[in-house]
Amino acid sequence: MAVLTDEQTMLRDMAREWASNESPVTAWRKVRDANEAAGFDPAAFGTMAEMGWTGIIIPEAHGGSDFGWLSLGLVIEELGKTMTASPLAASAVAASAILLGGSDEQKSAYLPRIANGELVATLAVDEGGRHDPGKIAASVSGGKLSGEKAFVAEGDSAGLFVVAASDGLYLVEAGEGVSVSRRHLADFRSHAAVSFDGAPAAKLEAGGERLLDAVLDRAAVLAAAEMLGMAGQSFDTTLAYLKQRVQFGQVLATFQALQHRMANLFSEIELMRSAVEAGLAAIDRGGDTRAAASLAKAKANEVGHLMSRELIQLHGGIGMTDEYDAGFYLKRMRVVEQMWGNAAYHRERFARLSGF
Amino acid sequence: MATLATERPTTELDDFREEVRTFLAENFPPSLKGKDNAMSAVEGPTQETPEQAAWRKAMGAKGWGVPTWPKQYGGGGLNREQAKVLAEEMARAGAWNPIGGMGVMMFGPTLLEYGSEAQKQEHIPPIARGEIRWCQGYSEPNAGSDLANLQTFAEDRGDHYLVNGQKTWTSGGQWADKCFCLVRTDKTQKQGGITFLLMDMDAPGVEVKPIRMISGMSPFCETFFTDVKVPKENRVGEEGQGWTIGKRLLQHERTNLSGGGSAFRTAGVSLADIAKKYVGVDEQGRVADPDLRARIAKWEMDWRVFQLTAMRVMAESKAVGGVSEVSSILKTVGTKLGQERAELTIEIQGLQGLGWEGEGFSEAELTGVRAWLFGKATTIYGGSTEVQNNVIAKRILGMLDHQ
Repeated sequence: MAVLTDEQTMLRDMAREWASNESPVTAWRKVRDANEAAGFDPAAFGTMAEMGWTGIIIPEAHGGSDFGWLSLGLVIEELGKTMTASPLAASAVAASAILLGGSDEQKSAYLPRIANGELVATLAVDEGGRHDPGKIAASVSGGKLSGEKAFVAEGDSAGLFVVAASDGLYLVEAGEGVSVSRRHLADFRSHAAVSFDGAPAAKLEAGGERLLDAVLDRAAVLAAAEMLGMAGQSFDTTLAYLKQRVQFGQVLATFQALQHRMANLFSEIELMRSAVEAGLAAIDRGGDTRAAASLAKAKANEVGHLMSRELIQLHGGIGMTDEYDAGFYLKRMRVVEQMWGNAAYHRERFARLSGF
Repeated sequence: MATLATERPTTELDDFREEVRTFLAENFPPSLKGKDNAMSAVEGPTQETPEQAAWRKAMGAKGWGVPTWPKQYGGGGLNREQAKVLAEEMARAGAWNPIGGMGVMMFGPTLLEYGSEAQKQEHIPPIARGEIRWCQGYSEPNAGSDLANLQTFAEDRGDHYLVNGQKTWTSGGQWADKCFCLVRTDKTQKQGGITFLLMDMDAPGVEVKPIRMISGMSPFCETFFTDVKVPKENRVGEEGQGWTIGKRLLQHERTNLSGGGSAFRTAGVSLADIAKKYVGVDEQGRVADPDLRARIAKWEMDWRVFQLTAMRVMAESKAVGGVSEVSSILKTVGTKLGQERAELTIEIQGLQGLGWEGEGFSEAELTGVRAWLFGKATTIYGGSTEVQNNVIAKRILGMLDHQ
């Protein structure tokens, strides 16, 4: 755990308490069973907004608290532990695009509404199932954007899209020229195919050439923070299970083969935590965040992947049942792993940035 | 990350910085830059040139080789901020610390904690001056990972002990002046029968035989004790307290070993640079072998994450005023990465990277081979990876033994 300020500790504790008391995995199970495209509970998201979480990275001048990315990461991690679904991360990433690239008018128009939770915003970059920001066909002419965006997170409930076109990022409001259809993935969260057909679009003119990179870095690091929460919870659940499950007349936790696997997972998750916290801290510091973000997402992908597989294996048959929660973590982990770049993508990006 | 406010006025720290600069200008000749004897940690003053000796004596007189040790025992008596300034200025001047070895890294801190006043007065100042080389008498042929199984026996003879037995893997035993040793004073209990003794390596009955290793080097010895008389004032703590004291010392050891071998950290050459030289580059300037390039990238990222973790442990320990539990993973992770780097280097260099001696190999290639072989020890000594995993599972995760 990074060394936190008093405010950050309070925020983390509040998020932990709320998630475990008000939004445990049973709450997610209800949302999952309801099987709606939006994939989250609007009442729970409303409470998050009341607690100020939707404005954590938004400056006070625009209705936020300006607590920073490490603070937001702490909340996302806690929510990840209990599988709490919400557009918190997607909206924050979209808000960061407006903060970094928007005009004063654009900031005033959207940021206060994102900060108070009234507006769900999201980033639409990829046009296929594999993250590939270098391959963007969507284009704008005469202020109208056309193109297809695939698997847009929270696309089913978004009122505002930050869309990557061939010449930069654009703001497009849901409505005219925008049609959204659900893509039902294994995690039961919102991933939408969004079709833009001459939709009115306003460019994010500031932020320079690296704007898309900077926004994707934020998306990747927040995804890594969610994975950290899921991995930590998966580890804790597995450890508790091994301590109570008896086979061969012995508690499983007494078997050295399992002890060493758990020791290895413990180490890996601690390493993952360092990478994720360093990614969040790099965003708070400002400047070039590319290497730190790729490091965070690559490590989170590797460890999250390993932990989600060990979660099932070490639970044995019960982990395979829908009645048990392990499957939720496996499915969500694999989805987030693919979002904003898998481990190979980020290793390649890191190698390129380092001149290897 | 919160930064701690400096407790002392800045001007006083500035004065200290000036003092350090003057001292370095007067005592560290630029010709000594990079002339740190890599073996000095175990050999101590054995191989040093007159210039190196003068530098060691100058640092020893200041106590700055052990900057935070108390002044009354020959240490620098510096606070944290001052020690940081000293390290910064030494790095700026390219100056290295000539005082090290087991006395500094492990024994000194332990004796400061557990030794009697007389023992501290006798043993700490020579360590601070870099005059006395200590070795560690812990492992035995049948007490490696199961250290508490040690059998070397110290028989109570009134005013002294009579010690008989054998130690092994005594690092630098052939150069050492003294040995801190775990011996058995009670055969009826395992951990509780162990006592911490200080022995002279030139005492009658002490015999040392260097062990030739796969690296061709002999940094370790077998040490035999036959009827060695050890005065009782050389016992640290009480009889039976040796396990507690000995384990505390191991904590210092693990902290120091976690770097996974410092040789490659100071080299400053990235694996990718080595690969570009040996493997070549493609038309875009990338390492020509894409599979190797991907694995190099993965190693460099893992190493970066390890460094971030080491920094996090330091920051956390400082914040909570104790050792962070994450520190327990540093040794296993750091040593594994060190070995992986050595293996990758060989893969990059091919047979050119496996030279033993003679013509046709660069100094770096030959040193690399010996370091690769010696590095295999890092996951075995100081608590093997398997023992560390036991410790993590039992102490941190609370996973119990068979009932």
